[in-house]
Amino acid sequence: MDWIKIAFFGFAIIVIVSAGGVAFSRKMIYAAFSLLFTFFGVAGLYVLLNADFIAVTQIMVYIGGILILIIFGVMLTSKFTDLQIKSGTTGVLQITLAAIVCIIGLIFLILAFWNTEWYVQPVKDIHNTVEPIGMLLMTKYFLTFQIAAILLLVAFIGAAKIARRK
Amino acid sequence: MEIGLFHYLLVSAVLFCLGVFTIITRKNAILVLMGLELILNSANINFIAFAKYSGMNFDGHVAALFVIILAAAEVAVALAIFLNIYQNYKHVNIDEVSDLKE
Repeated sequence: MDWIKIAFFGFAIIVIVSAGGVAFSRKMIYAAFSLLFTFFGVAGLYVLLNADFIAVTQIMVYIGGILILIIFGVMLTSKFTDLQIKSGTTGVLQITLAAIVCIIGLIFLILAFWNTEWYVQPVKDIHNTVEPIGMLLMTKYFLTFQIAAILLLVAFIGAAKIARRK
Repeated sequence: MEIGLFHYLLVSAVLFCLGVFTIITRKNAILVLMGLELILNSANINFIAFAKYSGMNFDGHVAALFVIILAAAEVAVALAIFLNIYQNYKHVNIDEVSDLKE
């Protein structure tokens, strides 16, 4: 067992267990904090996949931005008397059906991933990922980059307009 | 056993199915949003894993970056809508919300 394997299995267990916490916990605050650990685990997997820039972006945007927004959402949309904010679920029949569908889907996905002959090239050693990503954003994906910037601006202005009290 | 492409795809498949399960079974809109984030993260793991194992192809990294940007925009707009729903209905259970305005 070298350390990459140990790190991979550690991060994979963190991701899967905390995603299970999001899916099964009764209290919404616990689900939100499980989501924190899921995002951290996914960032660790990015680091193992030689994607350091994406990992840092994940931590900054998801944990620093999206998770805070979600926790604000939990606080603002509940009758907030104590920490026991619970989320109702659909009935037992629906949960059973959903579990069956998800497990069948998971089995199909795993079989498809296992049986496909993926085109895999030997992994190259790279020194940094920021420079190639920056080059791609400024050349091949320039228009997409600009459109994403405008979309983000419009979405935030629209969100502020919608959320404002009348 | 070497850690390869399949292991990352396995993690992302489990994450995807947990996200779908969250979306289907929860009533509260915020938790549905959390399930959506799980699904987006699993898609991102796939992008980065294929980027590494196809010889460090950076197009996958750029796609993952755009997924993160879209997730940020989507969460902002969705939470604004949920706040409006909460002002009108005093709850955000999406199975009981059938009108966009009173």
